Amino acid sequence: MSDLEIQADLGRQARARSPRRRRIGAAEALAGAFALFLITAAFAPSLVAPGDPLAIDPLSAFQPPNLAHWFGTDESGRDIFTRVSHGTGGSLVIGTLATAIGLGLGIVLGTMAGMLGRVVDFTVNRFLEVLFAFPGLLLALLVILVFGPGAQTATVAVGLATAPGYARIIRAQLISVRSAAFVEAATVLGRGRWQILVRHILPNTLAPLFVLGTLGIGQAVVWASALSYLGLGAAPPAAEWGAMLSAGRTYITSAWWMAFFPGLFIVLTAVTATSLGRALERRARHA
Amino acid sequence: MTDAAAGALRPDGAPRSARPVRVRPRPAVRRTLPGLLAARLVGAVFVLWAVATITFVAIRLIPGDPAEAILGGPGSQTSPEALAAVRARYGLDQPVVVQYLAQLGRLASGDLGRSYALKQDVTPLLVGQLGGTLLLAALALVVAWLFALVLATWSTRGGRFAWYLGSGLEIVAAALPHFWLATALIVLFSVWLGALPPISTPGPAGLVLPVLTLAIPLAGFLGQIMRESLLTALESPFVLSARARGEGERGVRWIHALRHASLPAISLSGWAFGSLVSGAVVVETIFARPGLGRTMLNAVTVRDVPVVIGVVMIVAVGYILMTVVTDLAQWIADPRLRRR
Repeated sequence: MSDLEIQADLGRQARARSPRRRRIGAAEALAGAFALFLITAAFAPSLVAPGDPLAIDPLSAFQPPNLAHWFGTDESGRDIFTRVSHGTGGSLVIGTLATAIGLGLGIVLGTMAGMLGRVVDFTVNRFLEVLFAFPGLLLALLVILVFGPGAQTATVAVGLATAPGYARIIRAQLISVRSAAFVEAATVLGRGRWQILVRHILPNTLAPLFVLGTLGIGQAVVWASALSYLGLGAAPPAAEWGAMLSAGRTYITSAWWMAFFPGLFIVLTAVTATSLGRALERRARHA
Repeated sequence: MTDAAAGALRPDGAPRSARPVRVRPRPAVRRTLPGLLAARLVGAVFVLWAVATITFVAIRLIPGDPAEAILGGPGSQTSPEALAAVRARYGLDQPVVVQYLAQLGRLASGDLGRSYALKQDVTPLLVGQLGGTLLLAALALVVAWLFALVLATWSTRGGRFAWYLGSGLEIVAAALPHFWLATALIVLFSVWLGALPPISTPGPAGLVLPVLTLAIPLAGFLGQIMRESLLTALESPFVLSARARGEGERGVRWIHALRHASLPAISLSGWAFGSLVSGAVVVETIFARPGLGRTMLNAVTVRDVPVVIGVVMIVAVGYILMTVVTDLAQWIADPRLRRR
């Protein structure tokens, strides 16, 4: 089991349970607004925070949060809100790329297991079971041991570490779609194997993939920042959230805001991804 | 995790229309306990072999000469004689197959080799670190279960407000990264309140913050799962029959429903173990607590290959033991597995 499989499962179960079943609840609206903010900050950070993230102003170092500096300032007087906003792009790119790697590998492995017969299914399944004996962060650390630390390695490491979870979900999805009535109908009508796969099975597994990707990005951002935090991902001068949090740890007794706000953005991103993923899941179900 | 457990969680994401036509009922896993354990043993040997092999292959992918790495990295001045001596000492001059078989043999006898950086045997080193991590993980697991139980039972009874508060708390808790939660807890309890030490001192006070850091996110996940299954259980016939027999609400919830509701959460123990190990790497580093996770991180930073392999193997053994414990716990909690 992986974090992702559990998240996906919970989203699926929670749909029927909510006491009020509005299409868009307050939580989803908030999550959507924050997602919009993040996307703006990623593509055009100066729209959100006009200042320079690297502008040094020693006279205003270590200011607690105030009206001029919403999130306070760091040891060289740089504005933390500006830095966090400008770091959004870096963190989201790492998270998105890692998700793409994990999802891509998961699709390959999952499709192999789901479509290529029993022997392949058995082999892939045993392989995945073995990978689950490496807890996520340990697998990522092993990748970093081999290829050395750095932002790129961290991205690949997170991608590889999340791939088994994706593979298992995709396999289960394929198998359940494969035995659906419309596939049987297509078989009876004499469609070929590949035609069925491409025309009938894959389109029905794509929508859930979208949900998975949304859930996965939140998780990947958290993991990539954990690696940066441990000093194995993006290096400190970069305004990446994990690296900023790590740099702020030195001043934790005197300037808590330096570590608090970058981390708050990581948490909000993860929560946003979770609730948007679940909302998408509900949409896909009731459509 | 077992197939039975996966089935219980319904990992199929089939669209509504996609009901299987031919329903082939999965045979219920009703094995005898010795049979179950024997199957586990075979699986365990396979997993350990595969983990050792994957690790061996991964290590071979590291660019550069391992002998140079042992002598202090590529920048260091090393004489050819010294390199040759190190190669002979660590068996690096042997063919790959011989190295592989030698490594498997050593691992099978519990010898994890010698640390490159610390120049001491890995097995006693890691065994010494094991206790601290086990204590931390076990306490965190217990605390997480307690939190999850309280949240799940409270939020299913207290009406709409409790529902939203409970499920919101759980989603946020599950999303909290260990490194940020630890920082926040240190600021709150050590810096502002001055109640608890910011680094892990020996003694119970030093354990509180590390345990909370590990337990809160896990409780978020477990709580969500338990609430879902608690609601399912409360709608099921055996609860109705317990009510019909005149059982009070407390008895129904705590004795009948909760036992059923804990099954999916128990089946996740393997995952919980992995999550705790991942968390231990971060938590032990932040709180400067000696343990396997911190040793692993240090070893990766200085590329101390034998120590990394050692931690990976110990964690794999732990994972396997955890799946056995999971089986036993399910056996105890779920009478349907025992019926012959």
